[in-house]
Amino acid sequence: MSEILKTEKLSLWYGEHQALHEITASIPENEVTALIGPSGCGKSTFLKTLNRMNDLVPGARHTGGVLYHGAEIYAPGTDVTALRRQIGMVFQKANPFPMSIYDNVAYGPRTHGTRERKKLDELVEKSLHEAAIWDEVKDRLRASALGLSGGQQQRLCIARALAVKPEILLLDESTSALDPISTSKIEDLIAELKKQYTVVMVTHNMQQAARISDRTAFFLLGELIEFGSTEKIFSMPAQKKTEDYISGRFG
Amino acid sequence: MAKRLARDKARRGLLYFCAGLTCCILLTMIGEILYRGLGSLTWKLVSTQSSYLQNTIGILPNILNTLYIIFVALVIALPVGVGAAVYLTEYAVSRRLVRVIEFATETLTGIPSILFGLVGMLVFLQLLGLQEGILAGGLTLVVMILPTIIRTTQESLKTVPDAWREGALALGAGKWRVVRTVVLPNAMDGILTGCILAAGRIVGESAALLFTAGFGFVLNDFAGSLQSSSATLTVALYVYASERGETGVAFAIACLLLLLTLLLNLAADRAAKKFKKREAPVCRKS
Repeated sequence: MSEILKTEKLSLWYGEHQALHEITASIPENEVTALIGPSGCGKSTFLKTLNRMNDLVPGARHTGGVLYHGAEIYAPGTDVTALRRQIGMVFQKANPFPMSIYDNVAYGPRTHGTRERKKLDELVEKSLHEAAIWDEVKDRLRASALGLSGGQQQRLCIARALAVKPEILLLDESTSALDPISTSKIEDLIAELKKQYTVVMVTHNMQQAARISDRTAFFLLGELIEFGSTEKIFSMPAQKKTEDYISGRFG
Repeated sequence: MAKRLARDKARRGLLYFCAGLTCCILLTMIGEILYRGLGSLTWKLVSTQSSYLQNTIGILPNILNTLYIIFVALVIALPVGVGAAVYLTEYAVSRRLVRVIEFATETLTGIPSILFGLVGMLVFLQLLGLQEGILAGGLTLVVMILPTIIRTTQESLKTVPDAWREGALALGAGKWRVVRTVVLPNAMDGILTGCILAAGRIVGESAALLFTAGFGFVLNDFAGSLQSSSATLTVALYVYASERGETGVAFAIACLLLLLTLLLNLAADRAAKKFKKREAPVCRKS
């Protein structure tokens, strides 16, 4: 396994509150890594440090490092827009822009300088195909994205993220607000995506982590308790706390 | 039980009375203005300028001056105000600084407009050496309406969901691009409403213009009016009513002002509704 993303003794504070305690973890390429743990355990915070979305939170500061292809992403002079292009993110709640379906997907490529009509058309179609929503929207690309159902909106957001050709896709509880059918569609999609992309996903749903992830990281109170292959974590966890959590004793 | 019912009835009666009184006052005022003014509101009045030789009165210059000054004030205040609001809501890092500026703009909205006139006269006429006219008056109004435009724009920017900003940032868009393509287009209704409200204030303003725009009653083109004394409708109303004893003309002007205010309010209403109704808010081609 080759690691694409790695954190070294990463600690993070929101003001006085320490949200992460010296997390050292490495994310393998072309695999699905699931982050699990009870609410407030720091898994979403951890995810957001990986593409520097935490920069937007006033009062957030960190120590330690995050290495992407061996380069520190918090180093001064890092091009954050280029970084976020490489490491895309899909949020808990679908957040399509109030534009047409087409313009939503084309937003990223246009941002990064693709203007040619033909190229954009191709990119939009390809991304929508990859996000398994093409057939549902191909006849109404010019219609507003806000008219789609919740599940469709979330897949559109995935398509939008894929359109800038990222290497890594961060999913922040991206199915938690969806119905079971939409959820299973997105789970199938993730299984498909890992052939080309590296996926890191936060989930509250233990079955989901067990079903679709290759590796699982268990967080508790801002600490990384255990990180290993999903099979091992769910069948014979090394830590007592992990076992308690996945067997439903707390959380 | 009966007592409580009676008290409830009394309370409700009082409320109806208050509401009724408000409506009555307003309707009486409008009625009085229309009754007294419509008779004098002739085509000749609104299409000519006053002439002492022929002893006629015309308010065309004042109508034009009002339009000129709205134009000058908005052309300057709109970009500055929207820019300031975007800075305050989207860019400013220091919450403290933002609070201080917000407090200052809020205070500015409560200052009597004659003070703006006084300061405008001191700064634009005496310090900068401008002539009395639409430019000096317009600049004074800019200072006066800036807070309104900043406030309404800010409120409108705040209604744009953060999720959209985050979504765009997560795609690698820079701050300015997010503002330009996602935030501003979706705050347009509020900005437009602010603009129309500001225009309304300008139409109704007289005190701030007495010392700065002047009392000139001569017909000017736009360029000529900038640096020559030019009375707007409200200033003309003041002059006709208090200095020339032309009550009929004053009420005719009042009718016009009433109409203009009504139109502006309708426009603001329509603008807000039009933007709300659109299924997908504006999407600017990126």
